[in-house]
Amino acid sequence: MLSNYPEQEILLPANSWLIFFSLIAALLLNFVPLEGILLLLRPDFVALTLLYWGIYQPHHIGLSIAFIMGLLMDVSNIGTLGQHALAYCVITYFALIFHRRLRIFNPFQQLPQIILFLFLMQSIILLTALLNDFNFPGWRFFLNCFTGMLAWPFICFSMKLFCKQKNDPNLL
Amino acid sequence: MKSAPQFFRHGPNLFVRLSFFVLLSLLLMIEDTRFKYFPEIRQTVALVAYPLQKLAQIPITIYDWANESFANFHLVEENYWLKQQHLKSQRQLLRLQALQAENKQLYKLLKAVQKTEGGAIMAEMIYASRDPFNHRAILNKGSQNDIHPGQVVMDDMGVIGQITQVYPWVSEITLITDKDHSVPVQAVRNGLRSVISGAGKNNKLELRYLSVNTDIKLNDLLVTSGIGGVYPSGLPVATVTYIERDPGKTFATIVSTPVAGVSRNRQVLILSLIPPISDHSLELIEINQ
Repeated sequence: MLSNYPEQEILLPANSWLIFFSLIAALLLNFVPLEGILLLLRPDFVALTLLYWGIYQPHHIGLSIAFIMGLLMDVSNIGTLGQHALAYCVITYFALIFHRRLRIFNPFQQLPQIILFLFLMQSIILLTALLNDFNFPGWRFFLNCFTGMLAWPFICFSMKLFCKQKNDPNLL
Repeated sequence: MKSAPQFFRHGPNLFVRLSFFVLLSLLLMIEDTRFKYFPEIRQTVALVAYPLQKLAQIPITIYDWANESFANFHLVEENYWLKQQHLKSQRQLLRLQALQAENKQLYKLLKAVQKTEGGAIMAEMIYASRDPFNHRAILNKGSQNDIHPGQVVMDDMGVIGQITQVYPWVSEITLITDKDHSVPVQAVRNGLRSVISGAGKNNKLELRYLSVNTDIKLNDLLVTSGIGGVYPSGLPVATVTYIERDPGKTFATIVSTPVAGVSRNRQVLILSLIPPISDHSLELIEINQ
């Protein structure tokens, strides 16, 4: 029976400094000024990092952090204040609710759920913009959901590198 | 009652917390779009984000620097071209000076108020908005360089937009293509006055409330009319590129394209504010007429 369960690595609880610096790095990646198609294709690194910590370290991250990240994004995007804050809070909430279910799967099996989260996020941003009387920017607006999905495994593996136990517990 | 130990304490329910933050962000959005009571919120967050944005700029700066060092090969050609251009504009400038003197004389004869000429500050566009919904950009000069909201921004060809928010080291400019950003304009060909508004998409502008039989043609140049006192008169804004006169509608559909490189140029000019015309001088103009 036991073999039915996937083998899971036990990761060290994340240092809060690690979470802090990973979010700063994600913000930096989001702030790099790009233009045209590159801008449309850039995945939302902050959203992916928030999802990662929400799923793997649910006790170390809260909605308040998601809210603050959203405000920073809104101001640097020169957008409506609160747009990203709302979207980030909602996806972090869902990551926190579903973290047990999601952790059963490996990062590649998580891809369908991740794209759903990202799609939800973009829809919230689009909806708030449409309520504000802005024009519909075209379906290309959802392109970064797909690139975000593709970036997810890389983010998982790079974060795991930092949280790995130094010694192999099986050696003892 | 003793409170629970640290391990069991979780604070309020997750859903309650979510509702709190959703409500907070909705309030912020309404405040930001409708009322703008607290510009300090944006200012404070911008202050926190500023060092990060500066850091994120580094790869682009390196790219530009590398580009520039390669571009040195073309400097001789460019120098030659610029010298010729300078000679050409020098001739026009001389004529302009004569005209200006003549204009001054005429104003004196009429005893009318003279239009004052303001200075300008050079600035660089750091980046355009990453948001697909609005057409705004960030310039590298802020309140430290004596920039104020309301100042007009232009490039070598025409009007780009207007400063709407000022932070200590950077400022935010709303481009003329932003949705519902309006500029009072005048057609050069026949002096027809109207107000041009940004369409909010495809880098286009619209002349909205002109009747179907209005005298306007393709390629008409529209310049600022100076009415309203925000934009100085005579700056090129747009050329008409599409006209549809459907008799079934009350107004003609007139679309135009901005003359300036609204989203292309990096180097821009921030014009200093026009001093508001006082009521006294307005009365003087009326009496003189």
